Amino acid sequence: MSGTFVGMPAFPKAAHDAVRDTTLRANLRHATHTIRDKRAVAVAELADWAALREAGRQIKDRTLHHLDAYLVQLEEAVTAAGGTVHWASDAAEANRIVADLVKATGETEVVKVKSMATQEIGLNEALEAEGIRAYETDLAELIVQLGEDRPSHILVPAIHRNRGEIRDIFASEMGEWGRPAPDGLTDRPAELAEAARLHLREKFLRAKVGVSGANFMVAETGTLVVVESEGNGRMCLTLPETLISVVGIEKVVPTWRDLEVFLQTLPRSSTAERMNPYTSMWTGTTDADGPTAFHLVLLDNGRTDTLADEVGRQALRCIRCSACLNVCPVYERAGGHAYGSVYPGPIGAILTPQLRGTRSELDASLPYASSLCGACYDVCPVAIDIPEVLVHLREKVAERGGPGHRLEKAAVKAAAWVLDHPAALAAGERLASRTRALHPKRLPGPGASQWTESRDLPEMPAEPFRDWWKRNRT
Amino acid sequence: MRVALFATCVNDAVHPATAVATVRLLERLGVTVDFPAAQTCCGQPQYNTGYRRETEPLVRRMARAFEGYDHVVTPSGSCVAMVRDNYPRIGRKAQAEGRGDAPAEAASSLVPRTYELTEFLVDVLEVTDVGAYFPHRVTYHPSCHGLRVLGLGERPRRLLEAVKGLELVELPGAEECCGFGGTFAVKNPDVSAAMGADKLRNSLSTGAEFLCGADNSCLMHLGGMLRRQDAPQRVLHLAEILASTEEEPFA
Ligand code: SF4
Repeated sequence: MSGTFVGMPAFPKAAHDAVRDTTLRANLRHATHTIRDKRAVAVAELADWAALREAGRQIKDRTLHHLDAYLVQLEEAVTAAGGTVHWASDAAEANRIVADLVKATGETEVVKVKSMATQEIGLNEALEAEGIRAYETDLAELIVQLGEDRPSHILVPAIHRNRGEIRDIFASEMGEWGRPAPDGLTDRPAELAEAARLHLREKFLRAKVGVSGANFMVAETGTLVVVESEGNGRMCLTLPETLISVVGIEKVVPTWRDLEVFLQTLPRSSTAERMNPYTSMWTGTTDADGPTAFHLVLLDNGRTDTLADEVGRQALRCIRCSACLNVCPVYERAGGHAYGSVYPGPIGAILTPQLRGTRSELDASLPYASSLCGACYDVCPVAIDIPEVLVHLREKVAERGGPGHRLEKAAVKAAAWVLDHPAALAAGERLASRTRALHPKRLPGPGASQWTESRDLPEMPAEPFRDWWKRNRT
Repeated sequence: MRVALFATCVNDAVHPATAVATVRLLERLGVTVDFPAAQTCCGQPQYNTGYRRETEPLVRRMARAFEGYDHVVTPSGSCVAMVRDNYPRIGRKAQAEGRGDAPAEAASSLVPRTYELTEFLVDVLEVTDVGAYFPHRVTYHPSCHGLRVLGLGERPRRLLEAVKGLELVELPGAEECCGFGGTFAVKNPDVSAAMGADKLRNSLSTGAEFLCGADNSCLMHLGGMLRRQDAPQRVLHLAEILASTEEEPFA
């Protein structure tokens, strides 16, 4: 069973170890730089990228503004097409609904299409507790599942693994879960892919229940859309008798026409492809074709609260392309696990503390896991101003005054007074300059000692600028 | 044309040479510069750490200090980004939360008049050759706020390219963040240092004598790391290069 994020340390502590793991850093650096360069090329091909980005932003904002109406419209359309809609307010409720639906079929196995929503609610673990085995069928998810690991990237969950590590995982674990890896498996990509293909095919053909998420839900027709690259999704969506889709409520779009925008921006932003290889769409049930039973579980799990926050709600525009992860200098060094959530990187740093709240030390540390360099905002295909939301969330954390913030607040208040009294500031500057011979290069104490662990403090000048000005220009 | 220098708190207290260089440079170009002593800090460190309300008095102070000047010029991209991007937000929120219109008025008065030094030189004074002389090998790091929030683009490079004697060498991975990020450097020291180390590796690979930037906070972080490593390179603010001439070379 794949591990969970419960009980993770705060971001700086988790990152401390990741930064020192040279293999991890090399894997991450190589993978993120390759994809970010390709993405830049794929995006530059479209002359109307800026307009598409703006259109995506507007469609999402308009939909979020009238979310209640579109969700009701969606429910009606899904029901009319022969599907059943379930509403889940949190993870526990969603897991219970899915477990009951699977049990009602009499099955003890399900095949899964890669889905962030089911990871968010820990569905695999919940099903396991009910005696149901969930098999991941996306290649990278399979690697993570077999390796009893946690995903560290939205799109490439095994981004932190190299080929040699994957070969070892396949060779030792596949037999535990089904068809074993062939003898003498090497780390050649084609051989690894073939081993996975054979292992998975057996499961596709046996499965009676499929579980998926969705990239989009079209309100006007009740159609769900999954965008993927390997074809495993298509298998899971068409072969089983029962299909259960767990989807966040923010994934609805009003019309088919709206897909036109996202089916251009999503693949280019995520995999740097002009078009993704498989786009599967399904509407309710159809006689003698595909699943005969279809259930849609609409997941809230903190989304309504996020929607209530005027600045923070833009995070719900996210189409999970992961472009922001691939350009983020912090993600590149710290790795996905440090974010302690299925949503790592810049989007994770703003989404997780909104969905889960900031009570835990980890969640409260996430808004600070950024240098505010702005690279994420530049690439985001729905123009989420991630730095703006980060600072907004920092304000909330600082206001609540968790560990460390009481002292900080006092210091900021004191500084604010000095900065509003130029004479006091000038006196302080003068004092610092006069005593400069006494200043050490390294400092003790929280904050200062961390600063000087890897850097020298700047030398203080002989006089502050305002004194130079007084002597020379007045 | 009444031009005020906004030196910034960091330059005033720690890097006065940058502010002095800015004054000398602008005066050489025929601009009369004033330094209103009522100025202190734009509030960026406080704001970015989550203390928005604590920055409101500083927004008002900035507006008062620079009242009546046609242009406010500062050798710090991130401080201009603070004014341009965040002052209007602070103003709107102060209004929405019922604390009056003063911050919003301060923002709308300051935003159109506040310039980063290279913007002022290229866009307002319309010069790229400022008559500087600096016979050294230099590489340029475009700080994130100047690059992405202000969109300074080619302005700093065009100014550097016109400097007599200067050999400008390309910095690999130039657009990547140096890892400073204000309190980020303190709150996430390991990641910050890792980012800084990668930036320096790239910078040292150019063989440049000077790593030039237009934001002393990033340079303070990188310079501190260079000194710790005893590396054969120094950081230098763009203004100090542009102020250097054959008659009065950089000290
Ligand atoms: S925040 Fe934007 S860039 Fe990041 S995953 Fe979501 S849509 Fe993509």
